[in-house]
Amino acid sequence: MSPSFLAQDPTLADFGRDPWWLVLGKVVFAFAFGLLATLLGVWFERRVVGYMQVRPGPNQVGPFGLLQTLADGLKMAFKEDILPKAADKVVYFFAPTISVICAVTALSVVPFGPMVSIFGHHTPLQVTDVPVAVLLLLACSSMGVYGIVLGGWASGSTYPLLGGLRSSAQMISYEVAMGLSIVAVFMTAGTMSTSGIVAAQGDGTQLTIWGQTIPAPGWYAILLLPSFIIFFIATVGETNRAPFDLPEAESELVAGFMTEYSSLKFALFMLSEYVAMVTMSAVTTTLFLGGWRAPWPITIWEGANSGWWPMLWFFGKVIALVFVFVWLRGTLPRLRYDQFMRLGWKVLLPINLVWILVLSGLRSIEDWDTRGKVIAVGIPAGILLIATIFWPSRKPKPTPTTQEQVDNRPHGSFPLPPMDLQVPPSPRITRVVAEREPANIVAGSDSREV
Amino acid sequence: MTTSTVLAAANSVSTGEAVTFWILAPLALIGGIGMVAARNAVHSALWLVLTMLCLGVFYVLQAGPFIGMVQIIVYTGAIMMLFLFVLMLVGRDSTDSLIETLRGQRVAAIVLGLGFAGLVGTGLYQALDRTTTAGLEQVNAEGNVQGIARLLFTKYVFAFELTSALLITAAVGAMVLAHVERRKQDKVDQVSTMKARFAPGNYPGPKPGPGVFATSSSVATPARLPDGRLTDRSTPAILPQRELTAEETALKGTDR
Repeated sequence: MSPSFLAQDPTLADFGRDPWWLVLGKVVFAFAFGLLATLLGVWFERRVVGYMQVRPGPNQVGPFGLLQTLADGLKMAFKEDILPKAADKVVYFFAPTISVICAVTALSVVPFGPMVSIFGHHTPLQVTDVPVAVLLLLACSSMGVYGIVLGGWASGSTYPLLGGLRSSAQMISYEVAMGLSIVAVFMTAGTMSTSGIVAAQGDGTQLTIWGQTIPAPGWYAILLLPSFIIFFIATVGETNRAPFDLPEAESELVAGFMTEYSSLKFALFMLSEYVAMVTMSAVTTTLFLGGWRAPWPITIWEGANSGWWPMLWFFGKVIALVFVFVWLRGTLPRLRYDQFMRLGWKVLLPINLVWILVLSGLRSIEDWDTRGKVIAVGIPAGILLIATIFWPSRKPKPTPTTQEQVDNRPHGSFPLPPMDLQVPPSPRITRVVAEREPANIVAGSDSREV
Repeated sequence: MTTSTVLAAANSVSTGEAVTFWILAPLALIGGIGMVAARNAVHSALWLVLTMLCLGVFYVLQAGPFIGMVQIIVYTGAIMMLFLFVLMLVGRDSTDSLIETLRGQRVAAIVLGLGFAGLVGTGLYQALDRTTTAGLEQVNAEGNVQGIARLLFTKYVFAFELTSALLITAAVGAMVLAHVERRKQDKVDQVSTMKARFAPGNYPGPKPGPGVFATSSSVATPARLPDGRLTDRSTPAILPQRELTAEETALKGTDR
């Protein structure tokens, strides 16, 4: 990457010099981005899930059903706001507000783009950045738990309380995995500011293989693949999305923590869920997918990473990640609670710790160049991959035949239908067959079937 | 809070800092008082959360962004959340009674509390009054996070390791206390659960709900099986099984 493009990278010194109207504009933009993302995100999710389930999805209100969410939101505003008798009134009121505030605040440190010029002001496309911006994101997500837990508690009924307790346990467990996977990013980038991390993913080191110079991938999703995978799984757990939507499991807890909520308060919870989904996608993009930087084939064009264009790449990546969220929901069944906890504490956490250890070991090796990096990481990864593919599977136990299973049933068991039961053909089919093959019917005009 | 004001007074205080302080300091104080005064345990915890959040912002304000964020993530986000978790399990209606179990306990607590605050405050003031502040620029010269990391892993590494050893011991101890050793053959897997469910003598379906096909919605009214017999499987064991008389089931004349 040439120096002229590196100059586009905002540093921490570039923040905090905007006039007040520019700050206000950025804040409003980030907020509007969150709201719009919800509006379109709900529509997007319903359409995509609809496509996956071979049904149209919302398609009546507005072009392609785009305004469906708006209509739903309006309807929600006019619904009766129910306050349960057993509710703790103040906490009940504040819970959805906390959720939304935490979800939206996290957007303030997400870099949407490089330095641009707005009305003559040279300013980064990011509300603000601090040396510990990523910790701010973590703080927001950990405070977001309060909204759900308090909502569940304040409702004063059983299912919401169960949902609230589940979510607190869930989010605390997955925050640990999430924080640990970010540690790898900190170690590699050497900074905790979001703009710094994006910049660190951009300085493409060059690989020379057989005389050809290829820009090595700088994305941490590739360099720190285990961290990326764990982070994304933890993100899904953190946002309470399927398959980790235990706090609001419709089929067992009715709707979990939001059972008692109605009208605008429910809308706020819904809003916070979708804003959190988009925020987390944006954070994943920033930390692991190069932020607003263009992916490789586009970078051949010199101006790809300057001006307003990077916003397009950023939104593209965010939409792709939101699609993955929706895809997961359309594909995976909900985990049982103990399975979920086991995954968090017994799988993600140990892998993460070992990986950080390996990474810090690799980093402390003295003469460290890109080729060494690729060899040191790539070869064990390849061996591991091959080993998992060709690992001999355990010899399966011979399964008893159906007849043996039937014979082994104790006396007085439930009656079994006959095992060789033939499903009788549908009457409609017999008629068709009868019409086609009249030869099967016994001759005689009186017995003729119509 | 005395420390922060003393330290801040040494250098010049910017307007933004002063405004933030004067907004959040009363809030933090209200949180502290509310935590003691609130009768509901969960409300107490929430007041404490408010105080902790304010403290976190104060740390950020005092050019210690890392410690501020860690305060919010660790204390407010994780520890208070676990606290809330326990409080919720206790039950939402459990409020403190205002009856003193020990005579004069409250007055003594207030006096002792004020005395302790006075002691700590004077001690800190005496200690910090004569020290010359190094200045934040010097402390944060190589970055706030890096500065803390350097101190933690060089000068205070022994204290740091001791603390972590203490915490790990506590965690392991809790796990040992809570752990129940279960033999392998005692574990019930899904297949054997299903077998037990469909074993002869066990009815595999759900129990009929009370009041199904019954003449009343009372839980004491047993459900009727499809063949018309009453079943006591639908009523709690402590309730006597009875059917309502015609007089009881007749309309009361209120809905005419």
